[in-house]
Amino acid sequence: MNNIYLYMFIMAAVTYLIRMLPLALIKRKITNKFFKSFLYYVPFVTLAVMTFPAILSATDSVWSALAAFVVAMIVAYAGGGLPIVASVACVVVFAVELFI
Amino acid sequence: MSNFKAFKKGLKNGTPIFLGYLAVSFTFGIQAKSMGIETWQAALISATNLTSAGQFAALGVIASASSYIEMALTQLVINLRYCLMSSSLSQRFDTKMKSIHRYLIAFGVTDEIFGVSSAYEKENVPPAYCYGLIAASWPGWVLGTILGAVSGDILPTSILSALGVALYGMFIAIIVPPTKKNKVLLGIVVISMLLSLGFALTPILKEISSGFKVIILTLVIASAAAYFFPIKEDVHDE
Repeated sequence: MNNIYLYMFIMAAVTYLIRMLPLALIKRKITNKFFKSFLYYVPFVTLAVMTFPAILSATDSVWSALAAFVVAMIVAYAGGGLPIVASVACVVVFAVELFI
Repeated sequence: MSNFKAFKKGLKNGTPIFLGYLAVSFTFGIQAKSMGIETWQAALISATNLTSAGQFAALGVIASASSYIEMALTQLVINLRYCLMSSSLSQRFDTKMKSIHRYLIAFGVTDEIFGVSSAYEKENVPPAYCYGLIAASWPGWVLGTILGAVSGDILPTSILSALGVALYGMFIAIIVPPTKKNKVLLGIVVISMLLSLGFALTPILKEISSGFKVIILTLVIASAAAYFFPIKEDVHDE
């Protein structure tokens, strides 16, 4: 086995650099319309891509996850805030899994 | 808003991240322990990396005693999506903000903290808000790792299963509300989910790692959206 501490140092360093460099290098507000728009849309695409269909395999059963997904979408659309939507999703999974 | 208030708001909005992280890192702790990694070493990995997919992949690299270069490349590939997120986040700070904040906040650019920071209602996100999010999330990630490593059966699976969905619920809470007023965002969210599903079902595409899938789809969809629907100046302050 190689030195675990060296592994740990390498992974932490690489991960930090990836996160840090763009923040350190792009300090001005970008004025180019295309890049400005692109960066504005990034969170919506990344989070949507990461949510679905991955959410379906996040719990013990596809059905509890699907129920949580649908309910969370509705509650979020109806104006529930972040902590509420997240808790409701958890409760739905817990409740549905009690019955299946 | 005062720094203290912003920090408190971050702590509050970071609570779901705390719970979600507790559940996810719990499994990381179990897996690390099963591979012969000491509890405190697993905790140290979580404390210094604060990332999910990268850490799980690292366990495989460590277990197979692969080279250090391979470890670096694995982390680079899996975590490259953070580069896109940090770039996006770079536009959300006051240009007069001290640089030190950028170096500190960078440590906490996870999918979740990035998502919640992006959803901040003003264009300029106060650094104290990010620190609040990190202060709520980081302990959940480390604590979950320790609990998982010490005792894999301390939390019943039904609770773990329920908590596992918290992070996704959070993502939904971030991306859905703005789609009500903005049809372009609605289209982007729907298309992103459908293409993501398409990737998961298509024979060759489904072999692509989740980190790369996020990068590919983000480059394609966000570019197309930026080209066809460039944003107006005051898009953050409505």
